[in-house]
Amino acid sequence: MIHRIEVRLREGFGDPHAEGVGAQIRELGIETVSAVRSARLFFLEGDLSTDDVRRMAAELLADPVIEEFRSTGVSPVKVHGRDGHATVIEVHRKTGVMDPVAASTEQAIRDMGLEISSVRTARRYELSGDVTDEQRAIIARRLLANDVIEDVHFAAFTPPETHTSKYELKIVELPIRDLDADALEKLSKDRDLFLNLTEMKAIQEHYRSLGREATDVEIETIAQTWSEHCGHKTFRSDVRVTDESGKEIEQIPNLLKTTVFGATKELDKPWCISVFEDNAGVIEFDDEWAVCFKVETHNHPSALDPYGGAGTGIGGVVRDPMGTGLGAFPVANTDIFCFGPPDMAIADVPKGVLHPRRIMRGVVAGVRDYGNRMGIPTVNGAVYFDEKYIGNPLVYCGTIGMLPREKCFGNPRSGDAIICVGGRTGRDGIHGATFSSGELTHEHETEFSGAVQIGNAITEKKTLDTLIQTRDAGLYSAITDCGAGGLASAVGEMGEHLGAEVHLDRVPLKYAGLSYWEIWESEAQERMVLAVPPGNVEEILKIFAAESVEATVIGHYGTPDEHLRLLYDGQLVGELAMEFLHNGLPRPTKEAVIKSVERPSPTPKPKDNYNDVLMKILASPNVASKEWIVRQYDHEVQGGSVIKPLVGVEHDGPGDASVVRPVLSSRKGLVISCGMNPRLGELDPYNSALHAIDEALRNNIAVGGNLAQMAILDNFSWGNCNKPDRMGALVAAAKACYDGAMAYGTPFISGKDSLNNEFQTETGETIAIPPTLLISALSVIEDVARCVTADAKEAGNILFLLGTTTAELGGSHYLLVEGVESGNDVPPVHPAESKKVMQSVQKAIAAGLVRACHDLSEGGLAVAATEMAFAGGLGVELDISRGTGVPPVAKLFAENAGRFLVEVVPENREAFMEITKDIPCGEIGKITDTGRVVIKENAGTIIDVTIADTKQAWQGTFDW
Amino acid sequence: MATPKAIVLRAAGTNCDKESQYALELAGFEANRVHVFRVMETPALLDEYQLLMIPGGFSYGDDVAAGKILANQMIHHLADALNKFVADGKLVLGVCNGFQVLLKSGLLPWGKAGGGEANRDATLTWNDCGMFVDRWITLRADSDKCVFLTGGETLTLPIAHGEGKFVTTGDTVLDRIRDGDQVAVRYDGDNPNGSTDDIAGICDPTGRVFGLMPHPERFVDPTHHPAWTRKKTDRADGLAVFLNAAKHLK
Repeated sequence: MIHRIEVRLREGFGDPHAEGVGAQIRELGIETVSAVRSARLFFLEGDLSTDDVRRMAAELLADPVIEEFRSTGVSPVKVHGRDGHATVIEVHRKTGVMDPVAASTEQAIRDMGLEISSVRTARRYELSGDVTDEQRAIIARRLLANDVIEDVHFAAFTPPETHTSKYELKIVELPIRDLDADALEKLSKDRDLFLNLTEMKAIQEHYRSLGREATDVEIETIAQTWSEHCGHKTFRSDVRVTDESGKEIEQIPNLLKTTVFGATKELDKPWCISVFEDNAGVIEFDDEWAVCFKVETHNHPSALDPYGGAGTGIGGVVRDPMGTGLGAFPVANTDIFCFGPPDMAIADVPKGVLHPRRIMRGVVAGVRDYGNRMGIPTVNGAVYFDEKYIGNPLVYCGTIGMLPREKCFGNPRSGDAIICVGGRTGRDGIHGATFSSGELTHEHETEFSGAVQIGNAITEKKTLDTLIQTRDAGLYSAITDCGAGGLASAVGEMGEHLGAEVHLDRVPLKYAGLSYWEIWESEAQERMVLAVPPGNVEEILKIFAAESVEATVIGHYGTPDEHLRLLYDGQLVGELAMEFLHNGLPRPTKEAVIKSVERPSPTPKPKDNYNDVLMKILASPNVASKEWIVRQYDHEVQGGSVIKPLVGVEHDGPGDASVVRPVLSSRKGLVISCGMNPRLGELDPYNSALHAIDEALRNNIAVGGNLAQMAILDNFSWGNCNKPDRMGALVAAAKACYDGAMAYGTPFISGKDSLNNEFQTETGETIAIPPTLLISALSVIEDVARCVTADAKEAGNILFLLGTTTAELGGSHYLLVEGVESGNDVPPVHPAESKKVMQSVQKAIAAGLVRACHDLSEGGLAVAATEMAFAGGLGVELDISRGTGVPPVAKLFAENAGRFLVEVVPENREAFMEITKDIPCGEIGKITDTGRVVIKENAGTIIDVTIADTKQAWQGTFDW
Repeated sequence: MATPKAIVLRAAGTNCDKESQYALELAGFEANRVHVFRVMETPALLDEYQLLMIPGGFSYGDDVAAGKILANQMIHHLADALNKFVADGKLVLGVCNGFQVLLKSGLLPWGKAGGGEANRDATLTWNDCGMFVDRWITLRADSDKCVFLTGGETLTLPIAHGEGKFVTTGDTVLDRIRDGDQVAVRYDGDNPNGSTDDIAGICDPTGRVFGLMPHPERFVDPTHHPAWTRKKTDRADGLAVFLNAAKHLK
C-alpha cells in the first residue's frame, strides 16, 4: 500500500518559490497564468495504519504553523483526473534517480519509533488561469522539470511500488581479435567508448597477443583509463606545428611536459610540496600545515542538467583535496562560469539546448546547494558571456584544502584492504568520463542521460567528518576519490604498481540490478577509496559506523603478477595487466596550425564625451555586478573570512580577490583570485593566456597577495583539438603558460583540460567555444591585517596609476559595447614589467602606504576608477592629459595588463613614489566627496557622471 | 569558579561547529564538539556541561524542512535530558540551523522539548525573497531577560540562511512572546527575510535558552567585518554573546 501525502502552505502564507515560478512563466511570454501554488508530495510505502500515516504527516512532514496536509491511500498506479480548474504539473524523479529527502525521511520515521519500507518524494504545481496543453508542456519542460532525471505528469500521480529484480551474473565477451577497421570503429561507437581507430587497434593487438577475447568490463576499463578526461592524451601528445601554408615551424614533444609542467620544474620552488602528481597541487602554509588547490571543469553534465551537473561539479572537486596526500579538509571553493547571452530570444536557442538563463539559474543553484550544505565558503569566482557558449556552458569549480605537513603523501601497500566509503553505487554517471571526452550534439540530451550524476552533499559532509578522524588516527596508508571513471579509475590508479583484486558483488548498491561492469564504471557521487592495512580494518570501520557512514571492504591491493583482477560472486569477470592499462595508450603526433595574420581593429572616431560608453560597459554582462550570485553562496562559513567577494562602505562593491584565514588561531592567510578573458582567446591565444595569468596575479596582489609564494593553476576549455587550428591555439596558449610562469616566478601546481567543447546543431552546424583558459592563483600571506580593498576610502587622498597603457583596443569591452567588430590587436603583455609593478604594489601594501588598490581589467581605467568611487560612496577626479601617442579613448578604456589604481594619503606621497620610482607610475587624480566621477583630458571634461547612476547601471543587469 | 564547559552538538550536515567551538574558547569556555549519536547513546554526557550549543549548518540536509530531522531526534531520544539541562539552570544557544532545531523541538519558545506541543506555535520558514542570502545586518537587543545579550545594545552580524523568516500561528502567540520579554533581538532597520515584527531571535521564559538566525561566531575577530579595511577597530560584536554567557555562568 502506498500513501500519498500532499503538503502545502496554508492560505495567508506566501509561497516565494511558487511566486518565482510565476515570474519565470511570464518571462517565457505566457501572460495568462494568474497564480501558481506548489505542494510537496510524499509517498509512504509500507504496512502502515491510518493513524501512523497521520502522525508522520502531522509531526514530521508538515510544519503545523504554516502548512496543511492531506493524505490519500491509493492502490498502485492509480491516476487521478484534473484537479478543479487548475492546471496540474507534477514532477517525479525517474526510477533509480537518487532522492536524498526520501532517505532522511525514512530515518526520521524510524526515529519516531515507526516502521516504513520506503519513501519517495515529488513536487506538484497548480497553475491558475488559461493554459493550453502546449504552454503546459513548455512550462514543464523549460522551467520545472529536467527530462534527464525527472518525469512530468499532468495530473496527480502516484508511482508504482518499486520492484527490482536481482542481477543474474552473465559474463559478456566482446570478440575483438578478428574485427576489421570498420567493425572496430563501430564497436567504439556502439559502446560509447570514444576511442579512435589507432587506439582500438592497439587494444586488438593486445588481445591478439594474449590469445583470447576481451570481456566488456575490460574494454570499458581501458576506454575509461584512456579517455581524454582521465588520460589527457591531447595535452600529453607530441605536436607538429605548421604555419598556414603547411610549412613546419617546430615539433614539440609532450606538450604538457614541455610547457606548463616544464616551467614548474625549472622554477623548482622550495615551497612546492607536491605538484601535478596528486589529486590537487600542494604547497607550504606554515610549519604545521600545507595547503592544496584543485580546479575542475564540469561542462558537459551542466549543459544537460545545470543544477545536478554543477552540484556534482562542486561535489567532485571537493573530493580532490579530500583525496590528496592522506586527505585535506576543504576550506574554500571557487567557481567560474561561461554562459550564452542571458537575454537571448527563446526562438534563437538551438534544439537540444537549454536557455542560457535557465542554465545560469540552475548552475548557480547547484553550486549554492552543494557548497553551502558542505559548509565550504565559496569565496571567489567570475562569470563570462558569449554566444559561443550556447551549446557548451562552462562550469569551473575549485576547492582549497588544508592538510598536516606530515600527511602530504599516501602510499598504498601490497596487502592493504580496499575500502569504499561514503555513498552507494548506482547507475548514475555511467560513461561520464568518456562522455565528457566527446562533442555534444542535439541528441546527447537523451543518449547520455545516465552520464549525469546525482549528488547528496550531506553524505559527502559526513564522509569528510569521519575521514578526518581516521586520517588523524593514522588508520590508512592511501586515499583517493572516486571521480570520473568511478572505482575503475580510483582502484586502477591507486593499484598501478601493485595490482588489485576487487570483488564487485561486495560493493554496496543503491538498488539491485547493476551488472558487474556498471558497478565498476559507475560515477555515483560521494565515494572515496582507501587502502587500509589489514590490522586497522576493524577499527576504521567502527569509526565510520559510529556516524552512520557506510564503508565496505571490496578487495585488496597487491597481486603476484601486478594484474588487476575483477571478480563477481567469486568468478573472474575481467583481468588486465596494469602495464598495458596505464602505458599501452598509443600517442600519435597531433597536428597544429598557428595563424599569424594581423587584423587591427578599426580606429574609432573620437567623441567629446564618453559618459554613455562608461555606463554601457558597467552594465555589460561580463562587468556587471554578480551580487545576485554572491549572496546565494555562504562565503563566511568556517569563520575565516577576511576579504569578502564584495567590499566597500555598503558591502556591495567589486573586490579583486578573496582572503581567508584557514587556521583560526593563526594570523596567516590565503589570497585567492582568478583571471580569464574568453574574448581575447579567439583573437590571440598566446596573449590571451598571458593576460589571464597577469589578471589572476594582479587581482591577488591588489588585496595584499604575495608574489614570492604564489602558485597558479591552469584549466583549459577548448574546442575539438583534432582540428589543427584549435590545436594551434592550444599550443600557443600552453607556450604562454610556460613564458608567463617563468617570467612571474609563479609555478603551476595543478591543472586540468576539457577539450571537445563543440556543439553540433540539428542543421549540422558546429559551434565551438572560444579558447577559454582559466588561471587561478593562490598565495600565502603572513598577516591578514595588512590586506587592503578596492573601495575608495577618503576624500583628499591621491590616486596613482601604475603600469603602461597603449593604443591597442583589440578584444576590449569598449569595442564590444560600441558594436564594433574587434581585430586581433590584443594589447601585448609585458610580464617582466608587470612583475616589477606587482612587486612594488606588494611592497607598498606591506609598508602600510596603500589605502585602496584596484586592478584595471575589463573596461580599463574609467571602469576601475568608477568602481572604486561607488564602492567607497565617494567620488574621483582624474586628469588623463599626460602621455602622448595614446588616444583618450584608449587611456579610458584600453585593457592593458599590469596596471593598478592605488589610493595613497597625501602624507605618504613621497614614500610611495620612492617605492615606485623604477616602474611606470604617475599621479592621475584624487578621491573627492562629490559623489561624481569626473575625468578630464587637457581642457575638456570627457566623463562626468554620478556614482549613484553608475552603481545603478552596474547593479541593474543581474538584479534578478 | 572553574572554566565553564560547553558542548557543541553536531550531526550529519552540521557545518559551523568548528568556528563555534573556537568562539566559545575565545570567550573562556572549554568546548567539545560531540556527535548527536553519542549523546543519544549516553544522554548523561550532558551532565558535565553548562552550555549546549547547536551550531549552524544543514543538519540532515534540511530534508523535509530546516532543522526538522535533528529536532525529531531530540524530541524522540533526548527530550528528558534536554529538559533537565534547562531545569538545572544551564544555557542553550542555537544559531541559524540551531535556532530552527530549537523551535522545531519545542525548546523555543517555551523552554520544553517534546513531541506534543513541539513546533505548534512558531516556526522559521522561507525568506520572502525565496533564496539563501549571506549578508550583514544590524540587530537591536530588545530584551533584558536574555542572558546572552545586554539589553539596548546594537550588534552587527552576518546572516546566511534560506529559511529564516520567523512566523507564529497567530497574534496571541506573538503577544505572549512579546509580553514575556522573549523577543531577544530584532533586525534594526533592514529586515532581510520578512520576519514577523522584525524578530531575529527569541529566548525562552527563563532567558537561558536563546536562538537566533544571525551568526555571532562569525564576528569574533575584527577582520570578520565586511568593511574592516575602512576603519580599524578592535570590536567584534559576536564575541560579546559568548562572553555574556561565560559571565552568567561564573
